[in-house]
Amino acid sequence: MTIRVNGTEVSPPDDARISLLDLLREHLHLTGTKKGCDQGACGACTVLLDGNRVLSCLTLAAQAEGSDVRTIEGLAGEGDDLHMLQQAFVEHDGLQCGYCTPGQICSAIAMADELRRGDPSYVTRDIAASPAPVTRAEIRERMSGNLCRCGAHNGIVEAIEHMLRETTA
Amino acid sequence: MRTFEYIRAADRADAVARAGSGARFLGGGTNIVDLLRQNVEQASELVDVSRLDGAIRESDGGGLLIDASVRNAALAAHPLVRGRYPVLSRALLAGASAQIRNMATVGGNILQRTRCMYFYDVEGARCNKRQPGTGCDALDGFNRYHAILGASDQCVATHPSDMCVALAMLDALIHLSGPDGERSIRLTDFHVLPNASPQIETVLKPGELITGVELPPPSDAVTHSEYRKVRDRSSYAFALISVAGGLALTDGRVTEARVALGGVAAKPWRAARAEAALIGVAPTEEAFLAAIREELAGAQPLSGNAFKIVLVERTVVALLAALAGAHQ
Repeated sequence: MTIRVNGTEVSPPDDARISLLDLLREHLHLTGTKKGCDQGACGACTVLLDGNRVLSCLTLAAQAEGSDVRTIEGLAGEGDDLHMLQQAFVEHDGLQCGYCTPGQICSAIAMADELRRGDPSYVTRDIAASPAPVTRAEIRERMSGNLCRCGAHNGIVEAIEHMLRETTA
Repeated sequence: MRTFEYIRAADRADAVARAGSGARFLGGGTNIVDLLRQNVEQASELVDVSRLDGAIRESDGGGLLIDASVRNAALAAHPLVRGRYPVLSRALLAGASAQIRNMATVGGNILQRTRCMYFYDVEGARCNKRQPGTGCDALDGFNRYHAILGASDQCVATHPSDMCVALAMLDALIHLSGPDGERSIRLTDFHVLPNASPQIETVLKPGELITGVELPPPSDAVTHSEYRKVRDRSSYAFALISVAGGLALTDGRVTEARVALGGVAAKPWRAARAEAALIGVAPTEEAFLAAIREELAGAQPLSGNAFKIVLVERTVVALLAALAGAHQ
């Protein structure tokens, strides 16, 4: 069985200890996905596994066999066009150093799908109601798994709000 | 990290049959991958059970059957859980981050290990749980996060799960399958207190696999239930303490009370004494405080966590008052 990474079939590593993150960065040289803490505490390594956001540092590459992996390199279209959310991060100052940005963007794209599905969050007042209202508090709670040490969170939330407005309009 | 073999199980029977003596079952990997990487644990084989059937369905008696491989995010978002067991949805959503909830399985969540920093510090700290008989650096160390109930002089670690606190409140059953067959056990009997052997954390036998969780039909107090978590930052942090609570009222009196506590012990703590003290009383803050104080009478704070006693009191009173208010 293979792993499909941004549409390309790749073989899983022989050593079962290799994480999905190390497969991406060290074996496939897809260095957009970042290694922050390597222990599930920062979100910098977030990728999309069969459309769901996961931490690639705590995913063994072998666990991704038969799955579809999308990384920051797989979001933009052909040519120089950025993904809508990448462009929004630029326009809303959603970054300073940029190290957390690929994880933030992958995370936010999946978060938008979760909102569309009507999934609740910890701050959703009526947990039985669906869908949850899209407020800043909801976005911040849902993005809490992605830390930004530069403190660009206000710009990040604005960029995400921009994407949510554009895709629901 | 030492080498291991990765085995993807075809079904539950295959998983149990293929798990050798040095094997561990692999769910989402959000805890065990880290534990292996830091050499806190070792395994010769990881038997991946995260791809097994993950269904959520009603039981014949009107309860809920949840397969162990269901992801935490899927369970929290399920309409039957949100509508009938709101405390469970809220507890799941209080835990970790969206990414980790997408990965973590129900079985793995129950078996996750303490977040005591001395347990993880292989090179620098003594830990009776990691290496029995070596001592406990938390006793006189940084023990802000540690236990106030049911600890021993060997270990003061807490169980980190939010989900399990709700499951304890809900009288959940854990279904197990192992080399000797299948059995079921109440969640409140599944985790054990440290006593003299803190390396033993559950009643799980060698080779046994958690296959599912069963919730009884929701009582009135469960339908009116909530989970409140107090932590050092408002999201993506383990609990200092947490409370799962549910109340049923008839004619201005408490007819059913359910309270479970997290972050206070090596297991999710069902507050049976507090529950008993609440039956028949008028739902006032004074009555709630008196009840939780009965539960905490045996609390033994450490050098850095006496605040937890007051924090539990206030959080229980606030949660029960909110539930009583919602009944009016």
